[in-house]
Amino acid sequence: MHDFYGDYALVGVVLLVGVSFVTAALTANRLLRPSAPAPGKRTTYECGVDPVGEGWAQSHIRYYVFAYLYVIFAVDAIYLFPWATVFAAPGYGATTLAEMFVFLGFIAVGLLYAWRKGVLTWT
Amino acid sequence: MIDVLEGALRVLLVLGAFLVLPLVVGQTEHKAMAHMQSRLGPMYAGGFHGWAQLVADGVKFAQKEDIVPAAADATVFKLAPAVALIPYLVVLVAIPVGPGLVAQDLDLGLFFVVAVMGVGVLGSLMAGWASANKFSLLGGLRTAAQLMAYELPFLLAAASVAMAAGTLSLSGIVQQWQPWWLLWQLPGAVVFFVAGLAELQRPPFDMPVADSEIIFGAYTEYTGLRFALFLLAEYAGIVVLCALTTVLFLGGWHGPYAESLGWLWTLIKTMVLAFVVIWLRVSYPRLREDQLQRLSWQGLVPVALLQLALTGVVEVLIT
Repeated sequence: MHDFYGDYALVGVVLLVGVSFVTAALTANRLLRPSAPAPGKRTTYECGVDPVGEGWAQSHIRYYVFAYLYVIFAVDAIYLFPWATVFAAPGYGATTLAEMFVFLGFIAVGLLYAWRKGVLTWT
Repeated sequence: MIDVLEGALRVLLVLGAFLVLPLVVGQTEHKAMAHMQSRLGPMYAGGFHGWAQLVADGVKFAQKEDIVPAAADATVFKLAPAVALIPYLVVLVAIPVGPGLVAQDLDLGLFFVVAVMGVGVLGSLMAGWASANKFSLLGGLRTAAQLMAYELPFLLAAASVAMAAGTLSLSGIVQQWQPWWLLWQLPGAVVFFVAGLAELQRPPFDMPVADSEIIFGAYTEYTGLRFALFLLAEYAGIVVLCALTTVLFLGGWHGPYAESLGWLWTLIKTMVLAFVVIWLRVSYPRLREDQLQRLSWQGLVPVALLQLALTGVVEVLIT
Protein backbone atom coordinates (compact mmCIF):
# COMPACT_ATOMS: atom_id res chain seq x y z
CA MET A 1 0.00 0.00 0.00
CA HIS A 2 2.96 2.33 0.23
CA ASP A 3 3.58 3.07 -3.41
CA PHE A 4 2.73 6.48 -4.86
CA TYR A 5 -0.76 5.64 -6.14
CA GLY A 6 -1.52 3.46 -3.12
CA ASP A 7 -1.05 6.54 -0.93
CA TYR A 8 -3.83 8.27 -2.80
CA ALA A 9 -6.28 5.35 -2.58
CA LEU A 10 -7.35 6.53 0.85
CA VAL A 11 -7.74 10.08 -0.47
CA GLY A 12 -10.09 8.71 -3.13
CA VAL A 13 -12.06 6.79 -0.52
CA VAL A 14 -12.43 9.89 1.66
CA LEU A 15 -13.56 11.87 -1.39
CA LEU A 16 -16.24 9.23 -2.03
CA VAL A 17 -17.24 9.32 1.64
CA GLY A 18 -17.59 13.11 1.37
CA VAL A 19 -19.78 12.85 -1.71
CA SER A 20 -21.97 10.20 -0.08
CA PHE A 21 -22.21 12.28 3.11
CA VAL A 22 -23.60 15.23 1.15
CA THR A 23 -25.89 12.93 -0.87
CA ALA A 24 -27.20 11.22 2.27
CA ALA A 25 -27.82 14.57 3.98
CA LEU A 26 -29.73 15.91 0.97
CA THR A 27 -31.75 12.67 0.66
CA ALA A 28 -32.73 12.87 4.32
CA ASN A 29 -33.59 16.49 3.72
CA ARG A 30 -35.82 15.48 0.78
CA LEU A 31 -37.74 13.08 3.04
CA LEU A 32 -38.11 15.52 5.92
CA ARG A 33 -38.88 18.80 4.23
CA PRO A 34 -42.24 20.09 3.10
CA SER A 35 -42.77 20.98 -0.54
CA ALA A 36 -45.19 23.78 -1.30
CA PRO A 37 -43.99 25.40 -4.50
CA ALA A 38 -45.31 28.82 -5.41
CA PRO A 39 -44.05 31.17 -8.14
CA GLY A 40 -43.55 33.98 -5.63
CA LYS A 41 -41.03 31.93 -3.67
CA ARG A 42 -38.88 31.35 -6.71
CA THR A 43 -38.41 34.97 -7.70
CA THR A 44 -34.95 36.44 -7.32
CA TYR A 45 -34.44 38.14 -3.95
CA GLU A 46 -34.07 41.87 -4.21
CA CYS A 47 -35.06 43.20 -0.80
CA GLY A 48 -38.75 42.48 -1.33
CA VAL A 49 -39.42 44.45 -4.51
CA ASP A 50 -39.74 42.81 -7.92
CA PRO A 51 -36.32 42.15 -9.43
CA VAL A 52 -35.10 44.73 -11.92
CA GLY A 53 -33.30 43.47 -15.03
CA GLU A 54 -31.10 40.41 -14.99
CA GLY A 55 -28.88 39.08 -12.22
CA TRP A 56 -26.01 38.33 -14.58
CA ALA A 57 -24.28 41.63 -15.12
CA GLN A 58 -21.18 42.12 -17.23
CA SER A 59 -18.03 43.33 -15.56
CA HIS A 60 -15.40 45.63 -16.95
CA ILE A 61 -12.96 43.99 -19.38
CA ARG A 62 -9.93 45.58 -17.67
CA TYR A 63 -10.32 43.14 -14.78
CA TYR A 64 -8.81 40.44 -16.98
CA VAL A 65 -5.42 41.87 -16.00
CA PHE A 66 -5.98 40.71 -12.43
CA ALA A 67 -6.91 37.24 -13.64
CA TYR A 68 -3.66 37.17 -15.64
CA LEU A 69 -1.63 38.30 -12.62
CA TYR A 70 -3.20 35.56 -10.56
CA VAL A 71 -2.44 32.85 -13.12
CA ILE A 72 1.18 34.01 -13.42
CA PHE A 73 1.71 33.96 -9.67
CA ALA A 74 -0.07 30.63 -9.25
CA VAL A 75 2.14 29.02 -11.91
CA ASP A 76 5.21 30.57 -10.25
CA ALA A 77 4.17 29.06 -6.95
CA ILE A 78 3.86 25.56 -8.45
CA TYR A 79 7.51 25.68 -9.48
CA LEU A 80 8.50 27.07 -6.11
CA PHE A 81 7.48 23.97 -4.16
CA PRO A 82 9.67 21.28 -5.76
CA TRP A 83 12.58 23.74 -5.72
CA ALA A 84 12.04 24.43 -2.02
CA THR A 85 12.73 20.80 -1.07
CA VAL A 86 16.13 20.54 -2.73
CA PHE A 87 17.64 24.03 -2.83
CA ALA A 88 19.81 23.48 0.25
CA ALA A 89 20.94 20.00 -0.77
CA PRO A 90 24.73 19.39 -0.90
CA GLY A 91 26.24 20.95 -4.01
CA TYR A 92 23.45 23.46 -4.58
CA GLY A 93 23.72 26.01 -1.75
CA ALA A 94 25.06 29.30 -3.07
CA THR A 95 23.97 28.86 -6.71
CA THR A 96 20.34 28.16 -5.92
CA LEU A 97 20.34 30.94 -3.37
CA ALA A 98 21.45 33.40 -6.06
CA GLU A 99 18.73 32.03 -8.32
CA MET A 100 16.20 32.57 -5.57
CA PHE A 101 17.18 36.22 -5.30
CA VAL A 102 16.79 36.60 -9.06
CA PHE A 103 13.28 35.11 -8.75
CA LEU A 104 12.38 37.28 -5.77
CA GLY A 105 13.86 40.28 -7.60
CA PHE A 106 11.56 39.76 -10.58
CA ILE A 107 8.47 39.55 -8.38
CA ALA A 108 9.56 42.50 -6.24
CA VAL A 109 10.29 44.71 -9.26
CA GLY A 110 6.92 43.81 -10.76
CA LEU A 111 5.19 44.61 -7.53
CA LEU A 112 7.09 47.90 -7.10
CA TYR A 113 6.23 48.87 -10.69
CA ALA A 114 2.53 48.22 -10.05
CA TRP A 115 2.75 50.11 -6.75
CA ARG A 116 4.47 53.17 -8.28
CA LYS A 117 2.07 53.15 -11.20
CA GLY A 118 -0.79 53.46 -8.74
CA VAL A 119 -2.46 50.18 -9.64
CA LEU A 120 -2.69 49.30 -5.96
CA THR A 121 -4.43 52.49 -4.85
CA TRP A 122 -8.14 52.98 -5.19
CA THR A 123 -9.43 55.54 -7.65
CA MET B 1 -8.33 -7.84 5.35
CA ILE B 2 -6.47 -6.08 8.16
CA ASP B 3 -5.45 -3.40 5.65
CA VAL B 4 -9.05 -2.80 4.66
CA LEU B 5 -10.23 -2.61 8.27
CA GLU B 6 -7.41 -0.23 9.18
CA GLY B 7 -8.21 1.92 6.17
CA ALA B 8 -11.89 1.99 7.13
CA LEU B 9 -10.95 3.03 10.67
CA ARG B 10 -8.80 5.88 9.32
CA VAL B 11 -11.62 7.09 7.09
CA LEU B 12 -14.08 6.93 10.00
CA LEU B 13 -11.73 8.92 12.23
CA VAL B 14 -11.32 11.58 9.55
CA LEU B 15 -15.09 11.79 9.08
CA GLY B 16 -15.59 11.95 12.85
CA ALA B 17 -13.10 14.80 13.22
CA PHE B 18 -14.74 16.55 10.28
CA LEU B 19 -18.21 16.34 11.86
CA VAL B 20 -17.28 17.06 15.49
CA LEU B 21 -14.52 19.71 15.48
CA PRO B 22 -16.42 22.33 13.40
CA LEU B 23 -19.36 22.01 15.80
CA VAL B 24 -17.04 22.50 18.77
CA VAL B 25 -15.61 25.61 17.12
CA GLY B 26 -19.12 26.85 16.31
CA GLN B 27 -20.34 26.38 19.87
CA THR B 28 -17.19 28.03 21.24
CA GLU B 29 -17.85 30.92 18.90
CA HIS B 30 -21.43 31.30 20.19
CA LYS B 31 -20.33 31.43 23.78
CA ALA B 32 -17.01 33.30 23.42
CA MET B 33 -18.57 36.00 21.25
CA ALA B 34 -21.47 36.32 23.68
CA HIS B 35 -19.20 36.78 26.68
CA MET B 36 -16.92 39.22 24.84
CA GLN B 37 -20.04 41.26 24.07
CA SER B 38 -21.42 40.99 27.62
CA ARG B 39 -24.37 38.76 26.83
CA LEU B 40 -25.21 35.12 27.46
CA GLY B 41 -25.58 33.59 24.01
CA PRO B 42 -27.72 30.47 23.52
CA MET B 43 -28.89 29.14 26.90
CA TYR B 44 -31.90 26.88 26.34
CA ALA B 45 -31.23 24.10 23.82
CA GLY B 46 -29.99 20.98 25.64
CA GLY B 47 -30.35 22.52 29.09
CA PHE B 48 -26.75 23.20 30.14
CA HIS B 49 -25.64 26.57 28.68
CA GLY B 50 -27.30 25.79 25.35
CA TRP B 51 -24.76 23.12 24.38
CA ALA B 52 -27.17 21.57 21.85
CA GLN B 53 -27.89 24.81 19.99
CA LEU B 54 -26.03 23.76 16.84
CA VAL B 55 -27.74 20.34 16.85
CA ALA B 56 -31.08 22.13 17.07
CA ASP B 57 -30.00 24.42 14.23
CA GLY B 58 -29.11 21.36 12.16
CA VAL B 59 -32.52 19.76 12.78
CA LYS B 60 -34.21 23.03 11.82
CA PHE B 61 -32.16 23.35 8.60
CA ALA B 62 -32.94 19.74 7.63
CA GLN B 63 -36.68 20.39 7.82
CA LYS B 64 -36.75 23.57 5.76
CA GLU B 65 -38.11 23.71 2.24
CA ASP B 66 -35.51 23.67 -0.52
CA ILE B 67 -35.96 26.64 -2.82
CA VAL B 68 -34.07 27.14 -6.08
CA PRO B 69 -34.78 30.53 -7.71
CA ALA B 70 -36.48 30.29 -11.10
CA ALA B 71 -33.78 32.44 -12.72
CA ALA B 72 -30.87 30.43 -11.29
CA ASP B 73 -28.68 27.93 -13.10
CA ALA B 74 -30.18 25.05 -11.12
CA THR B 75 -27.46 22.41 -11.58
CA VAL B 76 -24.55 24.63 -10.57
CA PHE B 77 -26.64 26.21 -7.82
CA LYS B 78 -27.34 22.81 -6.26
CA LEU B 79 -23.79 21.56 -6.69
CA ALA B 80 -22.06 24.58 -5.13
CA PRO B 81 -22.44 23.68 -1.42
CA ALA B 82 -20.88 20.25 -2.02
CA VAL B 83 -17.93 21.83 -3.86
CA ALA B 84 -17.45 24.24 -0.96
CA LEU B 85 -17.62 21.58 1.74
CA ILE B 86 -15.97 18.36 0.52
CA PRO B 87 -12.43 19.77 -0.02
CA TYR B 88 -12.10 20.51 3.69
CA LEU B 89 -12.92 16.88 4.47
CA VAL B 90 -10.35 15.66 1.95
CA VAL B 91 -7.65 17.99 3.33
CA LEU B 92 -8.00 16.42 6.79
CA VAL B 93 -6.58 13.16 5.37
CA ALA B 94 -3.09 14.62 5.11
CA ILE B 95 -2.91 16.49 8.44
CA PRO B 96 -0.77 14.67 11.04
CA VAL B 97 -2.10 14.72 14.58
CA GLY B 98 0.68 12.88 16.42
CA PRO B 99 3.91 11.00 15.61
CA GLY B 100 2.72 8.46 13.04
CA LEU B 101 -0.88 9.47 13.72
CA VAL B 102 -2.10 10.57 10.32
CA ALA B 103 -4.80 9.16 8.08
CA GLN B 104 -2.39 9.07 5.15
CA ASP B 105 1.08 10.61 5.06
CA LEU B 106 1.42 12.03 1.55
CA ASP B 107 4.85 12.84 0.10
CA LEU B 108 3.32 15.91 -1.50
CA GLY B 109 1.32 16.73 1.64
CA LEU B 110 1.81 20.50 1.74
CA PHE B 111 1.22 20.89 -1.99
CA PHE B 112 -1.84 18.64 -1.85
CA VAL B 113 -3.33 20.53 1.07
CA VAL B 114 -2.87 23.97 -0.47
CA ALA B 115 -4.23 22.81 -3.83
CA VAL B 116 -7.33 21.13 -2.39
CA MET B 117 -8.07 24.10 -0.11
CA GLY B 118 -8.12 26.28 -3.21
CA VAL B 119 -10.97 24.16 -4.61
CA GLY B 120 -13.18 25.08 -1.66
CA VAL B 121 -13.34 28.71 -2.77
CA LEU B 122 -14.78 27.57 -6.11
CA GLY B 123 -17.99 26.69 -4.27
CA SER B 124 -18.53 30.35 -3.38
CA LEU B 125 -17.77 31.45 -6.94
CA MET B 126 -20.22 28.88 -8.34
CA ALA B 127 -22.89 29.98 -5.87
CA GLY B 128 -22.30 33.65 -6.68
CA TRP B 129 -22.65 33.18 -10.41
CA ALA B 130 -25.38 30.51 -10.50
CA SER B 131 -27.78 32.38 -8.21
CA ALA B 132 -28.55 34.99 -10.91
CA ASN B 133 -28.90 37.54 -8.14
CA LYS B 134 -27.15 40.90 -8.06
CA PHE B 135 -26.07 40.58 -4.44
CA SER B 136 -24.78 37.08 -5.07
CA LEU B 137 -22.85 38.21 -8.13
CA LEU B 138 -21.24 41.07 -6.18
CA GLY B 139 -20.37 38.63 -3.42
CA GLY B 140 -18.89 36.21 -5.92
CA LEU B 141 -16.78 38.93 -7.55
CA ARG B 142 -15.50 40.04 -4.16
CA THR B 143 -14.66 36.43 -3.33
CA ALA B 144 -12.70 36.17 -6.56
CA ALA B 145 -10.83 39.42 -5.89
CA GLN B 146 -9.99 38.26 -2.39
CA LEU B 147 -8.83 34.86 -3.61
CA MET B 148 -6.47 36.45 -6.13
CA ALA B 149 -5.00 38.85 -3.59
CA TYR B 150 -4.48 36.41 -0.74
CA GLU B 151 -3.59 33.16 -2.51
CA LEU B 152 -0.10 34.45 -3.32
CA PRO B 153 1.07 35.37 0.22
CA PHE B 154 -0.57 32.15 1.45
CA LEU B 155 1.46 30.05 -0.98
CA LEU B 156 4.70 31.95 -0.41
CA ALA B 157 4.43 31.56 3.37
CA ALA B 158 3.76 27.83 2.97
CA ALA B 159 6.73 27.51 0.61
CA SER B 160 8.97 29.11 3.23
CA VAL B 161 8.26 26.23 5.63
CA ALA B 162 8.91 23.69 2.88
CA MET B 163 12.30 25.36 2.30
CA ALA B 164 13.15 25.26 6.00
CA ALA B 165 12.19 21.60 6.40
CA GLY B 166 13.40 20.42 3.00
CA THR B 167 10.30 18.28 2.52
CA LEU B 168 6.68 18.66 1.47
CA SER B 169 5.40 15.85 3.70
CA LEU B 170 3.49 17.39 6.59
CA SER B 171 4.71 14.72 9.03
CA GLY B 172 8.24 15.35 7.77
CA ILE B 173 7.87 19.07 8.38
CA VAL B 174 6.77 18.52 11.98
CA GLN B 175 9.66 16.09 12.55
CA GLN B 176 12.17 18.66 11.32
CA TRP B 177 10.64 21.45 13.37
CA GLN B 178 12.78 23.08 16.10
CA PRO B 179 11.54 25.53 18.74
CA TRP B 180 13.69 28.36 17.35
CA TRP B 181 11.67 28.16 14.12
CA LEU B 182 8.94 30.00 16.05
CA LEU B 183 11.08 33.10 15.73
CA TRP B 184 12.67 32.32 12.36
CA GLN B 185 9.32 31.64 10.66
CA LEU B 186 7.28 34.16 12.64
CA PRO B 187 6.59 36.58 9.74
CA GLY B 188 5.60 33.64 7.55
CA ALA B 189 3.30 32.30 10.25
CA VAL B 190 1.49 35.62 10.58
CA VAL B 191 1.16 35.97 6.81
CA PHE B 192 -0.11 32.38 6.47
CA PHE B 193 -2.70 32.77 9.20
CA VAL B 194 -3.99 36.16 8.05
CA ALA B 195 -4.12 35.15 4.38
CA GLY B 196 -5.89 31.93 5.37
CA LEU B 197 -8.49 33.91 7.29
CA ALA B 198 -9.04 36.04 4.22
CA GLU B 199 -9.53 32.97 2.04
CA LEU B 200 -12.12 31.66 4.47
CA GLN B 201 -13.85 35.06 4.32
CA ARG B 202 -13.87 35.27 8.07
CA PRO B 203 -14.26 38.68 9.74
CA PRO B 204 -12.49 41.11 9.44
CA PHE B 205 -12.14 39.84 5.84
CA ASP B 206 -15.85 39.21 5.30
CA MET B 207 -16.45 41.74 2.51
CA PRO B 208 -17.78 38.94 0.21
CA VAL B 209 -20.60 38.13 2.64
CA ALA B 210 -20.97 41.59 4.23
CA ASP B 211 -24.50 41.19 5.54
CA SER B 212 -25.14 44.90 6.04
CA GLU B 213 -24.50 45.76 2.38
CA ILE B 214 -24.95 42.72 0.13
CA ILE B 215 -27.33 40.61 2.29
CA PHE B 216 -25.18 37.47 2.45
CA GLY B 217 -23.12 37.66 -0.71
CA ALA B 218 -22.96 34.46 -2.72
CA TYR B 219 -25.21 32.62 -0.25
CA THR B 220 -28.12 35.08 -0.42
CA GLU B 221 -30.45 32.75 -2.36
CA TYR B 222 -29.64 29.64 -0.34
CA THR B 223 -31.93 28.17 2.26
CA GLY B 224 -32.32 25.04 4.34
CA LEU B 225 -29.73 22.32 4.21
CA ARG B 226 -27.67 23.76 1.36
CA PHE B 227 -27.19 26.94 3.36
CA ALA B 228 -26.23 24.82 6.38
CA LEU B 229 -23.60 23.04 4.26
CA PHE B 230 -22.03 26.40 3.41
CA LEU B 231 -21.93 27.29 7.11
CA LEU B 232 -20.40 23.90 7.93
CA ALA B 233 -17.80 24.55 5.23
CA GLU B 234 -16.84 27.82 6.91
CA TYR B 235 -16.29 26.16 10.29
CA ALA B 236 -14.54 23.14 8.78
CA GLY B 237 -12.33 25.70 7.02
CA ILE B 238 -11.44 27.28 10.37
CA VAL B 239 -10.47 23.87 11.75
CA VAL B 240 -8.35 23.08 8.70
CA LEU B 241 -6.60 26.46 8.68
CA CYS B 242 -5.82 26.31 12.41
CA ALA B 243 -4.61 22.70 12.17
CA LEU B 244 -2.39 23.61 9.21
CA THR B 245 -0.93 26.64 10.98
CA THR B 246 -0.25 24.39 13.97
CA VAL B 247 1.44 21.74 11.85
CA LEU B 248 3.51 24.13 9.73
CA PHE B 249 4.48 26.85 12.18
CA LEU B 250 3.75 25.82 15.78
CA GLY B 251 5.43 22.43 15.75
CA GLY B 252 2.31 20.23 15.65
CA TRP B 253 2.69 17.45 18.19
CA HIS B 254 5.89 18.81 19.79
CA GLY B 255 5.53 19.39 23.53
CA PRO B 256 6.15 17.53 26.79
CA TYR B 257 5.49 13.76 26.42
CA ALA B 258 5.11 14.16 22.66
CA GLU B 259 5.43 10.40 22.13
CA SER B 260 2.22 9.60 23.99
CA LEU B 261 0.40 12.94 24.20
CA GLY B 262 1.35 14.38 20.80
CA TRP B 263 -2.23 14.29 19.49
CA LEU B 264 -3.35 16.32 22.50
CA TRP B 265 -0.79 19.03 21.79
CA THR B 266 -1.93 19.29 18.17
CA LEU B 267 -5.53 19.54 19.32
CA ILE B 268 -4.79 22.14 21.99
CA LYS B 269 -2.77 24.34 19.62
CA THR B 270 -5.48 24.04 16.96
CA MET B 271 -8.21 25.03 19.39
CA VAL B 272 -6.22 27.97 20.77
CA LEU B 273 -5.82 29.24 17.19
CA ALA B 274 -9.54 28.71 16.56
CA PHE B 275 -10.19 30.86 19.62
CA VAL B 276 -7.93 33.55 18.12
CA VAL B 277 -10.04 33.39 14.93
CA ILE B 278 -13.17 34.05 17.00
CA TRP B 279 -11.40 36.74 18.99
CA LEU B 280 -10.39 38.56 15.79
CA ARG B 281 -13.98 38.45 14.59
CA VAL B 282 -15.17 40.21 17.72
CA SER B 283 -12.28 42.71 17.85
CA TYR B 284 -11.91 44.15 14.35
CA PRO B 285 -14.33 46.01 12.09
CA ARG B 286 -14.74 44.74 8.55
CA LEU B 287 -12.04 45.88 6.12
CA ARG B 288 -13.17 47.92 3.12
CA GLU B 289 -12.42 46.41 -0.30
CA ASP B 290 -9.49 48.78 -0.99
CA GLN B 291 -8.03 48.31 2.50
CA LEU B 292 -8.30 44.59 1.94
CA GLN B 293 -6.39 44.70 -1.33
CA ARG B 294 -3.79 47.07 0.12
CA LEU B 295 -3.16 44.84 3.13
CA SER B 296 -2.40 41.95 0.82
CA TRP B 297 -0.32 43.56 -1.94
CA GLN B 298 1.52 46.15 0.15
CA GLY B 299 1.67 44.27 3.43
CA LEU B 300 1.52 40.49 3.25
CA VAL B 301 3.20 39.91 -0.13
CA PRO B 302 6.37 41.94 0.66
CA VAL B 303 6.61 40.34 4.10
CA ALA B 304 6.21 36.87 2.56
CA LEU B 305 8.94 37.63 0.00
CA LEU B 306 11.28 38.84 2.77
CA GLN B 307 10.51 35.67 4.72
CA LEU B 308 11.48 33.58 1.68
CA ALA B 309 14.79 35.44 1.42
CA LEU B 310 15.44 35.06 5.14
CA THR B 311 14.61 31.35 5.09
CA GLY B 312 16.83 30.78 2.07
CA VAL B 313 19.85 32.57 3.53
CA VAL B 314 19.61 30.97 6.97
CA GLU B 315 18.99 27.51 5.53
CA VAL B 316 22.04 27.69 3.26
CA LEU B 317 24.19 29.03 6.13
CA ILE B 318 23.28 26.25 8.58
CA THR B 319 23.58 23.32 6.16
